Amino acid sequence: MDETSSEKHILSILVENQPGVLSRVAGLFSGRGFNIESLSVAETTDPLVSRMTLMTLGDMGALEQIKKQLNKLINVLKVIDFAGAGFVQREMILVKVRARPENRAEILRMVDIFRCRIVDVGTNYYTVELTGDEGKIGAFLSLLKPMGIKEIARSGPLALAREKNGGPV
Amino acid sequence: MRELTGAEILLETLKEEGVDTIFGYPGAAVIDIYDRLVKTDIKHVLTRHEQGAVHAADGYARASGKVGVCLVTSGPGATNTVTGIATAYSDSIPIVVLTGQVPRTLIGNDAFQEVDIVGITRPCTKHNYLVMDIADLSRVIKEAFHLAKSGRPGPVLVDLPKDLMSMKGTYDPGRDITLRSYQPTYNPHPKQLAKVVSLIKRAKRPMIMAGGGVVLSKASDELRKFAGKIVAPVTATLMGLGCFPPQDQLWLGMVGMHGTYRANMSTGACDLLIAIGVRFDDRVTGKTDAFASQAKIVHIDIDPTSIRKNVPVTIPVVGDCRLALQVLNDLLEREDLNGALKLRELWLEKIEEWKSTQPLAYEQGEKIKPQYVIETLYRLTGGRAVVATEVGQNQMWAAQYYHVDRPNTFISSGGLGCMGFGLPAAIGAQVARPDSMVVDIAGDGSIQMNIQEMATAVQYKLPIKVVILNNRYLGMVRQWQELFFDRCYACTQMDHAPDFVKLAEAYGAVGLRATKPEEVERVLKEGLALDGPVLMDFQVEPEENVYPMVPAGAPITEMLLV
Repeated sequence: MDETSSEKHILSILVENQPGVLSRVAGLFSGRGFNIESLSVAETTDPLVSRMTLMTLGDMGALEQIKKQLNKLINVLKVIDFAGAGFVQREMILVKVRARPENRAEILRMVDIFRCRIVDVGTNYYTVELTGDEGKIGAFLSLLKPMGIKEIARSGPLALAREKNGGPV
Repeated sequence: MRELTGAEILLETLKEEGVDTIFGYPGAAVIDIYDRLVKTDIKHVLTRHEQGAVHAADGYARASGKVGVCLVTSGPGATNTVTGIATAYSDSIPIVVLTGQVPRTLIGNDAFQEVDIVGITRPCTKHNYLVMDIADLSRVIKEAFHLAKSGRPGPVLVDLPKDLMSMKGTYDPGRDITLRSYQPTYNPHPKQLAKVVSLIKRAKRPMIMAGGGVVLSKASDELRKFAGKIVAPVTATLMGLGCFPPQDQLWLGMVGMHGTYRANMSTGACDLLIAIGVRFDDRVTGKTDAFASQAKIVHIDIDPTSIRKNVPVTIPVVGDCRLALQVLNDLLEREDLNGALKLRELWLEKIEEWKSTQPLAYEQGEKIKPQYVIETLYRLTGGRAVVATEVGQNQMWAAQYYHVDRPNTFISSGGLGCMGFGLPAAIGAQVARPDSMVVDIAGDGSIQMNIQEMATAVQYKLPIKVVILNNRYLGMVRQWQELFFDRCYACTQMDHAPDFVKLAEAYGAVGLRATKPEEVERVLKEGLALDGPVLMDFQVEPEENVYPMVPAGAPITEMLLV
């Protein structure tokens, strides 16, 4: 990869589960002019530890600084960069799509094809829940768009490294 | 295990940490702490402003190498410390700032004298804490000291709610602290250092750039040995001054915007730059693309974020500067460097040539030259004073003409460039080193930013000597305006200043004045010989400039000279 080209990177940041830690991480990004494209935070199996999954945009130099600066924060336990490693990535979205009578069958068909679910039905709108990677979500949204999207809530990507397959060679 | 109040637990823990002095300013939220503090043998220095208290704790830390401690009340007391905390953060100075906070039940209610000081200082502290449980108090204080002084040092703030200080808790001394997420790398990787040795052996034009990290890690002796062993000329950043003796043949002088001609030219011509405990500030590198463009760069620093932040590095070495230099010196013991040293004869000749072509210089005139004041001060004190500076022209002339030769004796706000730092820092330095001569080199602008601390110096009989280079301008900004803004001296005239002699007397100190060059030596001699604090007003040439000067953003080798 080119040293100076900007790319999306997903970082998994294990932090101490304490008040103010999110502010330290967010403040680091804003104070140093780094980007946060998306961010999600929740507890891990260890209640003392939270995982932040953060998507950022930057060249390799910026990414190196971001990782070093994150590691420098006292409450940060570990920074995992998924670049170059095998990982699974999923994002969840909730989308309210306009459900005119003539479109309802089409929406149901797409929900079936994309293996997502309708989680709320109103007189004019359906709320659809979809989980997938960036490509799947993008494709789904572009198909819904002509029917009229009222609102979207996105979780931002979550990611975990893949387990190595098989035993010792 | 003993039942004590929060205030008592705090003070017991401070004693455990070896604290002998606190700089502070009382208020409602810390009244319980003060009530117990005066019953201990910890000395308290009451400054006249909380900013003065932090700078004094900072000056104490810089002069002693120990952690400086500052105690202030909530709200405005806490916000007044922010500038001082940012100053210490920029220069990696270990201080612990204890702030009072409103009682826990009122936090978040916009109570009287409440601010979220932890939120405010998050980006300018190494770490900070709000203690919400008395069971955590002792541990947090210990962590604060551990963080402040270990790794890359820095300021740590602990916010202490008032109700916690008066309630009872158990004090459990001597507990060890473990921070699972904080393990600074002290020992440098031996493979990296072996690579450094092989670069040293091949280099024709090596040079060493030492920074504040050398002072902080107490690596001066190792640096001197290292430079002598590899016969490489040495420059230092403002923060590194004192770590290498200026009398040494290998000394180049300070590098950077107002660095010496030879130091700046050397960075442009060297083929190996060994940077130790520096962070490549823009005031040091000038235009980064042109900085040390012919050189392979070795960067030794304990903070990985400093490496490759501003300049590309050939060999990064993460670790403590002193340990890295010790290992390098050991490795070099086993090497035959004769061949390498032969390669360098031309380089050393070139440096000798630069030394004689553009030495630091100024011309005497009708009026007092500020450089002359500092040269005379240097001569009269034999270079043995601990020098604190304010910020601006006075600071640069102090760096250029007061040739400190020991670490921890040049106390200056480098990174933040904080006017008003010098006087309170000198107070802290004098408390730390009661037997040393402490001089604050000041300008008429910056001295007025914390002039109230003269009262502190008088109250505690701290015999600091303040040398004001009084040009009735904010001199450094005026210099920029002269050189780059067509002499439009926008708002930099300080036409009205107090009569500093009378002001000194009003504070109960001694004031002296020199208006002509021939009075300089007499006034300095008289002032330095006095027992108490003295404020000396030198009315200097108003439009004197600091040279060399590298315009901001220009390559470091393109200097404006006298």
